[in-house]
Amino acid sequence: MSDRIDVLKTYKTYVAGKFPRSESGHTYAVKNKKDKTVANACRCTRKDVRDAVVAARSAFSEWSSRSAYNRGQILYRIAEMLEGRKDQFVEELELLDIKKKDAVKEVELSVDRLVYYAGWTDKISQVFGTVNPVASQHFNFSMPDATGVVGITSPQESPLLGLISTIAPVIAGGNVCVVLSSEKYPLPAVSFGEVLHASDVPGGVVNILTGYQKEMIDHLSSHMDVNGILNTNSEKNIRKQIDENSSLSVKRTYHLTENNWIETEHENPYYILNFQEIKTTWHPIGV
Amino acid sequence: MSDSKQSTEKVKDSSNGTTKPSSPNADLKLDFSSFWDYSSAPESRDKVDIQEKYGHFIGGEFIDPAKGRYMKSINPATEEVLTEFAEGTTEDVDKAVKAARKAFNGPWSKLSAKERGKYVFRIARMIQERSRDLAITETLDGGKPIRESRDVDVPIAAAHFFYYAGWADKLDYAFPGRKAEPVGVCGQIIPWNFPLLMLAWKIAPALATGNTVVLKPAETTPVTALKFAQICYDAGLPDGVVNIVTGAGQTGAAIVDHEDVDKIAFTGSTNVGKIIQKSLAGTDKKFTLELGGKGANIIFEDASIDQAIEGVINAIFFNQGHVCCAGSRLLVQEGISDQFVQKLKDRMETLIVGDPMDKNTDIGAINSKEQYERINEYLEIGANEGAQMYQNSSNLPENGYFCKPTIFTDVSQSNRIVQEEIFGPVLTIQTFRTPGEAIEKANNTPYGLSSGIWTDKGSKIFKVGQETRSGVVWSNTFNKFDPTSPFGGYKESGVGREGGLHGLYPYVNLV
Amino acid sequence: MYPDLKKTIPIDTIGVEERVSRLNKRSIKKESKVQGLKLALSMIDHTTLEGKDSPGKVKQLCQKAKMPYAPLPDLPTVAAVCVYPNMVSIAKEALKNSNVNVASVATAFPSGMAQLQVKLDDTKYAVDQGADEIDMVISRGEFLKGNYSFIFDEIAAIKEACGDAHLKVILETGELETLTNVRKASDIAMHAGADFIKTSTGKISPAATQPVTLVMLEAIRDYYRETGRMVGMKPAGGIRKAKQALQYLVLVKETLGAQWLSKDWFRFGASSLTNDLLMQIVKQETGVYQSNIYFSND
Repeated sequence: MSDRIDVLKTYKTYVAGKFPRSESGHTYAVKNKKDKTVANACRCTRKDVRDAVVAARSAFSEWSSRSAYNRGQILYRIAEMLEGRKDQFVEELELLDIKKKDAVKEVELSVDRLVYYAGWTDKISQVFGTVNPVASQHFNFSMPDATGVVGITSPQESPLLGLISTIAPVIAGGNVCVVLSSEKYPLPAVSFGEVLHASDVPGGVVNILTGYQKEMIDHLSSHMDVNGILNTNSEKNIRKQIDENSSLSVKRTYHLTENNWIETEHENPYYILNFQEIKTTWHPIGV
Repeated sequence: MSDSKQSTEKVKDSSNGTTKPSSPNADLKLDFSSFWDYSSAPESRDKVDIQEKYGHFIGGEFIDPAKGRYMKSINPATEEVLTEFAEGTTEDVDKAVKAARKAFNGPWSKLSAKERGKYVFRIARMIQERSRDLAITETLDGGKPIRESRDVDVPIAAAHFFYYAGWADKLDYAFPGRKAEPVGVCGQIIPWNFPLLMLAWKIAPALATGNTVVLKPAETTPVTALKFAQICYDAGLPDGVVNIVTGAGQTGAAIVDHEDVDKIAFTGSTNVGKIIQKSLAGTDKKFTLELGGKGANIIFEDASIDQAIEGVINAIFFNQGHVCCAGSRLLVQEGISDQFVQKLKDRMETLIVGDPMDKNTDIGAINSKEQYERINEYLEIGANEGAQMYQNSSNLPENGYFCKPTIFTDVSQSNRIVQEEIFGPVLTIQTFRTPGEAIEKANNTPYGLSSGIWTDKGSKIFKVGQETRSGVVWSNTFNKFDPTSPFGGYKESGVGREGGLHGLYPYVNLV
Repeated sequence: MYPDLKKTIPIDTIGVEERVSRLNKRSIKKESKVQGLKLALSMIDHTTLEGKDSPGKVKQLCQKAKMPYAPLPDLPTVAAVCVYPNMVSIAKEALKNSNVNVASVATAFPSGMAQLQVKLDDTKYAVDQGADEIDMVISRGEFLKGNYSFIFDEIAAIKEACGDAHLKVILETGELETLTNVRKASDIAMHAGADFIKTSTGKISPAATQPVTLVMLEAIRDYYRETGRMVGMKPAGGIRKAKQALQYLVLVKETLGAQWLSKDWFRFGASSLTNDLLMQIVKQETGVYQSNIYFSND
């Protein structure tokens, strides 16, 4: 046995392409199933939500105007990076007492899910856009267009696959997001931030906060510069709170609350469509 | 012939047969008023039957309201009572929802998609057959010019039923990889600006996809919905598939709050939309909202100017400006702004304001006293904010609620008249210098329903159209509607789309 | 003054058609209909432009022009008769002591395919014969190949040759094909000195259309705003019915206003329109639908 002392990792957040600590200065203990503390994670609060939304908004225009091909390349690049760090993620999941076999499956499915959505970026407007035969002398077409800043409450279980299954369709469609990671298992989310950082994803496109979701959901879902919410939290009063807050700025809000993220149902282009605005353009036809 | 000074002089001049045209005096005013005016050409209402009193249409029959209370519908052009209609209570709504549920669980769901579609086709035809009656009724009830109800509202309403009728048995082609199932009972609340047309936008896709509906028309314009109820009856539509409950805000709230409603579709103001969204919080009800707007109409200096002028006229003066997607903010590039405003004023002079039943009327009555007062309040706000107001020189009728077409120049983005939806024939005019500035101004609003882009340069249209955050982009045209064309807003202008293939989504569950 | 063609405004065809269609929805009834019909009658350039025209035919045409319908002697006369140059003297004689003008086509009408000197001689001859008005054609081939200065110079030269006669410039819009071309040709013609701009010879299809007329009226309006000079408008060819004539008058009224609603500033180039207007006028007076057997065919 070596005398060497392991260098432990400090888990921070991922905001605007950087890894800041929480503005609050607080952390909370991440425990495994045996209630042993395995790491400390940032306990983000209101101000972190605020900063993350600002970061997301400033990234939106550039990300949404990237070519669909380019977004696809970048999503595929994320998959490549994740594949390369498979062992790290498996270990991190094991740290949380997830069985190795399940951990491997979760990481592999996560990679595959990214590849799945990478392939959709340049097909979504072909499959879900229309050319509309209006009765007047006009050319008329409808195309999906990104909704904007989307807040995501990611699932407690499936800390990596659930996270990726919610983020991938949102950013594949040109949106940017602020993600509240699994409260119980935040470590894979933070490490996934590192993968994103290494994958040509522009800073601010995905922002990941750790902490107690209840301390952040209210601020995120009421934020007037957030255009949509994807919620996986099944608690009834939280759901209602999100809905009510959403009405302040007419957010597009979807709840995905009873899920087995392993199911192929989660490879679903309609999840991309949830955060797409259909824009219809008219133009006369004449000489 | 008119004995206006100018024209008689001309007649005299030419009477010797040798005069040649010569330059007029230096005053370059174009004279649109004094010579050869159009005689009044009122549409006859003789053949139109409007009952003195209407009940709700529930479960295939017209029934009295539970509490026996009625409201009045006023013709806003005359301020006379047009008819009385039932005030819907929670009990009435409950009765309607039960009827809709019964129909949904019973005959309507048992019908094959093909046969269901045939009912919708039948409704479309009946609207066409009764088109003149419906148009006249719409104009009497809501004050919009007969030219518009005859040429826009009613024909497009019929076209919506035609379009969606055909979808009924083709839904398998609409949603790749999924099967569409109806949502169930749909509660639908519609506004007063396009009463029959908004009804069509709501009911046609709902029926085609196999739902049943409870619809509440606006309290100032219920009559065409009740005539539509008669059409459903005459078309033999199974009882309870379409239920019309009349009333005001409370009736609408009763629909929204009813536990057995599966989906809410609302068109109206952003404020009410937010209230509805809030009251649906925590429920599994689906909803779509078509809310307010403050559309920017961007005129570049390389535009087809005279057609752009016409576009601006359609954008803001169509239906008295009671249009959620109205182009109420005009953005003109600085180099042409003086010329453009001059031309706009000339064109405004030819707008005829007055009796909505006159076939020559361009701008009819403001829909209600309440809205009339609201618009006037905004005119005052605009003046107080230091903007320059210009109105055309029409004489308004003595009775009824009328407003002259109005433009405000010298306005800035921070003015309330630029930020808030006025919902009347009131246009604000700002200038810009570069495309970037135009886009920035266009997007500087919580709304995102419509925008207009006028330029002869194709690539500029696509660039500006791409960057404009609105659900409809009218380039080199404005305020065009078609059943095949999806409509709906970004941001606070709403959620979901109506019209076209995308208009099917709100009415189906995908499995 | 040569116009700045860079400033030529682009025209959107669909927008123009929509505007026309909206204007066509104006309902012209009762007094305004009678007034409009009489106004239209007074604006007609009663026309015969056939290879088989003869003095006899022209004389009869002139009688009709002077007294369109004998039972209603108070009706206005038409504005002018329009003939080939070699018929001008006949028409002039026949219209003596009336207020009906004589208009003559010139400049190698209808094709305009001749050298300038021939066109100038043609014009001068017609003026010498007594024509009050000259209807010239532009060289469409030169226009379409972009030789705008040629068009400008030619019009200016003919204008000079007209002397006191009043020059109408025929653009032959059916050959220009696009509305943007129509607008450009209108601007050139007005700047070169046209007193009127005119759509068509009547020999090419399509002849006058309402979209073309609207674009030309808008050009006239913009030119008026720019220079203060009023220019007249003459749609010609294909206008056969009273209803169409009223639609054209609505176009004028709502584009240029009342100042242009006179024969000094607006003409119809037509032949069969006269009788349809008369039939409608008589119908309005009597309340009974008419038959053309009661109206002379000249």
